[in-house]
Amino acid sequence: MIPVLLIVIPLLSGLAAFFIKQEKSAKSWALFSVMVTLVVSILGLTVMKSNSDLHANAEWLPMLGSSFAVGLDGMGQLLGLLTAVAFPMIFIATWNNSYRNAHNFYALMLLSQAGLMGVFLAYDALLFYFFWELALIPAYFLCSQWGGERRIPVTFKFFIYTFIGSLLMLIGIIYVYFHTPGQSFAMEEFYKAQIAPRDQDWLFWLFFIAFAIKMPIFPFHTWQPDTYEQSPTATTMVLSGVMVKMGLFGVIRWLAPVLPMATWAQGDTVGLLCVIGMIYASLIAMQQDDLKRLVAYSSIAHMGLMCLAIFVSSDKSMQGVMIQMFNHGINIIGLWIVVELIERQLHTRKISELGGLAQKAPGLAILLVIVALANVALPLTNAFIGEFLLFTGIFTSTVSKHSYVFAAVAGVSIILSAVYTLNMIQRVFYGNTNNLTAGVRDIRFNEKLVLGILVIAILVVGVYPRPLLELTQGTVDAILSKMLIKHPL
Amino acid sequence: MNAIIISAIWGVVMMFSGVFSKSNAVVRIMALTGIALLLFVNVLEWNGVQLFHVNVRNMLSFDSFGLFFNTIAFGSTALYFLLSGRDMEKVGLHVAEYYALIFFILCGISIASSFNTLLMLFLGIEIISIPLYIITGTDKRNLKSNEASLKYFLMGAFSTGLMLMGITLIYGAKGSFNMDDISLGTYAMTPMLGAGLLLLLFSMAFKVSAAPFHFWTPDVYDGAPTVFTSFMATIVKAGAFIAFLRLFEGSFEGMHPQWQTLVAIITAATLFIGNITAVFQQSVKRMLAYSSIAQAGFMMLALVAMNGMAKEGLVYYTLAYSLATIGVFAILIKMKDYTFEGFNGLAKHQPVLAATNTIFLLSLAGIPATAGFMAKFYMLSAAVSNGHVMWLVILGVLCAAISVYYYFRVIQAMYFKDGDTQQMDTTPGFKGLLVLMAAFVVLIGIFPQWIIDKLYNIF
Repeated sequence: MIPVLLIVIPLLSGLAAFFIKQEKSAKSWALFSVMVTLVVSILGLTVMKSNSDLHANAEWLPMLGSSFAVGLDGMGQLLGLLTAVAFPMIFIATWNNSYRNAHNFYALMLLSQAGLMGVFLAYDALLFYFFWELALIPAYFLCSQWGGERRIPVTFKFFIYTFIGSLLMLIGIIYVYFHTPGQSFAMEEFYKAQIAPRDQDWLFWLFFIAFAIKMPIFPFHTWQPDTYEQSPTATTMVLSGVMVKMGLFGVIRWLAPVLPMATWAQGDTVGLLCVIGMIYASLIAMQQDDLKRLVAYSSIAHMGLMCLAIFVSSDKSMQGVMIQMFNHGINIIGLWIVVELIERQLHTRKISELGGLAQKAPGLAILLVIVALANVALPLTNAFIGEFLLFTGIFTSTVSKHSYVFAAVAGVSIILSAVYTLNMIQRVFYGNTNNLTAGVRDIRFNEKLVLGILVIAILVVGVYPRPLLELTQGTVDAILSKMLIKHPL
Repeated sequence: MNAIIISAIWGVVMMFSGVFSKSNAVVRIMALTGIALLLFVNVLEWNGVQLFHVNVRNMLSFDSFGLFFNTIAFGSTALYFLLSGRDMEKVGLHVAEYYALIFFILCGISIASSFNTLLMLFLGIEIISIPLYIITGTDKRNLKSNEASLKYFLMGAFSTGLMLMGITLIYGAKGSFNMDDISLGTYAMTPMLGAGLLLLLFSMAFKVSAAPFHFWTPDVYDGAPTVFTSFMATIVKAGAFIAFLRLFEGSFEGMHPQWQTLVAIITAATLFIGNITAVFQQSVKRMLAYSSIAQAGFMMLALVAMNGMAKEGLVYYTLAYSLATIGVFAILIKMKDYTFEGFNGLAKHQPVLAATNTIFLLSLAGIPATAGFMAKFYMLSAAVSNGHVMWLVILGVLCAAISVYYYFRVIQAMYFKDGDTQQMDTTPGFKGLLVLMAAFVVLIGIFPQWIIDKLYNIF
């Protein structure tokens, strides 16, 4: 019941929003809808936890062995919660923006939420593929209609990139489907598929390229900085806060347990790509003058670390990925909100043109510093918990042959992330004001509210992460036992 | 049998309707009545009601595969008449004759979907082709239309020659025109049989515009009046494909391993050339011509795979492809300017047209939740389950990704670019029908079950 609601509410309210011509009412309608979704998601976490509440299965394409199977396991709960939390935050933070054809904008945002929910909740490979693509289409329209100057070519690149990836994955899905015992797309059947190790190797890349493009992993990342820069910030928040998690999620749910042998065999190759990407993205981030591009490259580095942690396949690193997926979503949305606030007031994102904002907008500065420190993974912030687990996991991995090297290089990239983040804070918020920044006012109530909630979330998870860790423990055990690394107790 | 006879008779009726009535509206209503009647008698036959008792001596076989395809073809034609019938009247003065020619083509299609001997195949293909040559040249005062017609006729005559030659050689090798006899006996590829098979393959590849026999397609599709391009690119092409599959399944399935690689190479070339060339087009009409080649490449996958899934998939594909292409063309016909720039800003002035066009284009590109996705899914599944042509499958999806480029250029023009206001003569009925079609495309894309059920009951 709960998972169906989580998909259907944004879907229907999104379709309805196309017909609400008034900007104000469209906005309120969208906010109302995402709040309802959030409430449902929390209900699923707290009150309605019985098996029948959390799983649903309806006939869809029985001839092909595919059904509308959705469910919430620990990982689904976590990412569903992230999706449900992210959208209200985004809508409230950008409440004062006004868009041309606002009803279409909000409708597409809601549809992309429906697509994301579907991806995270699908228990059926074909259904998963359906939603995987459906999440992309609204994002494409959002970016190319409301984005910056170069939006059309940039978004197009993004679309073609992801589409190629998805189609390769589709072949993989079809191939695995023909090797399942009962010719079915159901998740359990996929986990039972018998595929020769030789075939697993090339199948692995069919799947992994799709996920790598989405995350993005070096060398498939070139669409990402451009797209983040050109998209309207609200969409960028969806893309970087939630949508990139689709890639990690895909690896954990649809790749590692389905092709475990290839996942071990190719783990170090993927790990190498990840660490190259981390260092590379961090170095570029240090050179950026544009705030949006800086955050974009920093996101590549963080995603690389999480992907690496999946492929070293240890218990701790897997747990780290789970909690870090949530944390990264929260933190990066916080960063985007700050960027958005600066850009809206000053009409520039150039770091070199800013300075001394802390004097004029102390509220903004305090909140930003906390979010930024979380991005660097300082203790007491949520990212510390995540990265601690990630690094412990990578360091102690028994699967990877080069775990020490990976851990060391990844550690360097964290230092680099401190360099560019702190440098950014210093140059944007401290120092002297210039002509441009002298007239800045502090943030409004709604903006303060959102950033405040995010900061509270950062600190709470940073101090007391246990509920989240317990939530996903079951999934981690199940996945790892599918990979035959750890047997359930 | 019902459909063959009724469509032939109705073609003659349409010819005379122009003599007795000067009003285009009357002619149009006659044509709609005719197509409704055709649909009706075809469904009757599907349910076992034979209106005519003709001893066909096993030269035709009316199995439900052919009848189901006929239903799709007639249904699409009905939609086509409803959407574009008024535009047909702008081509020239002899409206009744255009309708008559189309009914003759439908007669050819019903033969091509039910033949059981090579002679009937030849008859069917020719009955389709000859009216097409005429219909291509209906814009008499337009040089391009004349050129297209002549080109089509010369090339078509040539490929017909190839086909006859092929049939002769096969007759020489097997001693029969009947497909049941041809498929019997040894699977050994004697030189004569092999040559006959090759010639048949080439001539059929010509008819479905598969590479390297596709060179006539862009010029003919571009030169013909746009209303008729729409018909040629959809229903006719689908009919030719059904004949292609029927021929190779009925006669040469036993030799499948021996010709599979060759067909796979033709398929790869078709996919590649169609998609790559479409990228460079400036005119949407020409782009759609190349896109029809590219889509033919996808349909060819059914022949490469040649299994149950492929057969179902091809029928589903023709449905999905015809619906979407008829829709796109119906909108294109209304445009003044056929270049991509001509579509600029359409979303602002004509939101309904732009939205429905987007759905049709998404379906052609094969995005999930549209019929086009399930169609491509079927083709890919068929080819993957065949097991020998993984390289072709990978090439196919890469080409599908390329196709996104040119389909989305139209969407970009409509939604993200600004353009001048255009006056378009669209009626509420036209828009309503487009919306219904778009809804149907989405519906069978999300719930293909009921249509698949139909397919399963048939095979």
